Amino acid sequence: MTALSVHRLNKTYGNGLQALQDVDLEVEAGDFFALLGPNGAGKSTLIGIITSLVRKSGGRVDVFGHDLDHEPQAVRANIGVVPQEFNFNLFLPVIEVVLNQAGYFGVPRKEARERAEMLLRKLDLWDRRETEMRLLSGGMKRRLMIARALVHRPRLVILDEPTAGVDIEIRRAMWGFMREINAGGTTIILTTHYLEEAESLCRHLAIIDQGRIQARSDIATLLGELHAETFVLNLKGRLGQLPDLGAFMIEHIDESTLEVQIDREHTLNGLFEALSHHGIEVLSLRNKQNRLEKLFLDRVDAGREAAR
Amino acid sequence: MSKIRQNPDQQSMQDPRQAQAPLVEGNRWRRYRITFMTLFSKEVMRFSRIWVQTILPSAITTTLYFVIFGRLIGDRIGPMEGLPYIDFIVPGLVLMAVITNAYSNVVSSFYSSKFSRYIEELLVSPAPNWIILAGYVSGGVARGLTVGIVVMIVAAFFTSLSIHNLAVTLLILLLTAILFALGGFINAVYANSFDDISIVPTFVLAPLTYLGGVFYSIDLLPEPWQTLSLANPILYMINAFRYGLLGVSDIPLGIAFSIIALFIVALGVYSLSLLQRGVGIKH
Repeated sequence: MTALSVHRLNKTYGNGLQALQDVDLEVEAGDFFALLGPNGAGKSTLIGIITSLVRKSGGRVDVFGHDLDHEPQAVRANIGVVPQEFNFNLFLPVIEVVLNQAGYFGVPRKEARERAEMLLRKLDLWDRRETEMRLLSGGMKRRLMIARALVHRPRLVILDEPTAGVDIEIRRAMWGFMREINAGGTTIILTTHYLEEAESLCRHLAIIDQGRIQARSDIATLLGELHAETFVLNLKGRLGQLPDLGAFMIEHIDESTLEVQIDREHTLNGLFEALSHHGIEVLSLRNKQNRLEKLFLDRVDAGREAAR
Repeated sequence: MSKIRQNPDQQSMQDPRQAQAPLVEGNRWRRYRITFMTLFSKEVMRFSRIWVQTILPSAITTTLYFVIFGRLIGDRIGPMEGLPYIDFIVPGLVLMAVITNAYSNVVSSFYSSKFSRYIEELLVSPAPNWIILAGYVSGGVARGLTVGIVVMIVAAFFTSLSIHNLAVTLLILLLTAILFALGGFINAVYANSFDDISIVPTFVLAPLTYLGGVFYSIDLLPEPWQTLSLANPILYMINAFRYGLLGVSDIPLGIAFSIIALFIVALGVYSLSLLQRGVGIKH
């Protein structure tokens, strides 16, 4: 079943800016889907239209088979959204923010209370339920936005940079929570600038730039398109002269750090054999650049080149 | 230590393709009732929490009006339309408080929700526009009527207040509060700054109210001011309310009700069209 279907979606703002141009997109039910794009690419406009915050100029949006034009209430009932920016009444207590949202969606009070308690406990906010919003930390507000978005048990959750500005510990914990709700059957669409986040969480992705979808693929296939990866190696001891490692392109960063590019024809085992042959011991290695980041930049560049 | 508990709850054990239906109430009218009551109680809680700013000022201002215009100056003015002057001004003062509070409650609440963007909580929900409008307007009506009752209690200390026609009194109070709550809503939709929400009350509402016969009978005005006063909708409300409380009016009751109803329908339809088009709230 298709959770989200977007067909020839267009948006032109009053100032003439064409934010979306014939966007086509499908997200299957149960998917964890990344929507990537540079700033100003059209991500927030696309999300705004799907969630009824922005009016479309043309095209069609269906959510779980409900047409946004003809069944807007059914569309909205199925969606939960975590916006990029805080949008709270800062003078309300935490519990009221969640219960009000449940009420707006028409969730009966008893179910709303049970659901709010479950979510606030899970997101470690239950002890803060009577605290006014303005007194919460940034990380707590982010978590509360997730609780608020989930209180009516939506089938499609849209997370617009949910981990922006939160520390690594909370970000990892939020990833775990997102995986969990996705495992429960909820379809998730995630926009993020942390490509590591998309690679770690998502199964499919679309790259949007200049209001157009530049790529749409499953992440495994996309990563398979990488022709070469660059690794940074930390060495045990100091290295004087660069050895000849044959097929591996090698660069000396400093006395104990090497950068090695490996194409798809070769393996890390081969690299380590060659290094051992020259008596070089490796303490650790890491990708120089996130793999998805490289692909993302390649696709964006290619799209812009084609548009010229 | 993790800030988010990772222990899966029951929902996480479901088949990934079997997400449960949303918790949203299936019966449309029950859902609307829940949404409306949420909005209404949120609005009532909002002005109740800050009652010192929302309820008390009108009580104090009205007390001052009664002391100065009623007792000190009123005794020198003499009777108006056969009534002691202090009794004559009660309906106007009550209605003035209702108008101001119904209007300012909606304009400040809705504009704040726009300014801080928490109006988005409503816009992403399945709440239809007429429920959103009804929710905000009911909050304004609740504050207008609460303040109106407080002012009437204050008036009881200064005057021999009696109600000539209860039905007319209550109906006019309610309709006036609805009308000006709608006015506040429209103002909030167009407002782009906090300055914009004080312009209409200061430069339009206050003059219309004071010139609407709160402190005098229009029979006292020379022409053309008497005829011009008939273009002021607040005149009709004050006179109809004066009839309800005191049994005297410059305007026939039927005309007063018709004009109020006409304004309510016009502002209501216009407010809904603003919401429908997303003016001021959607790009």
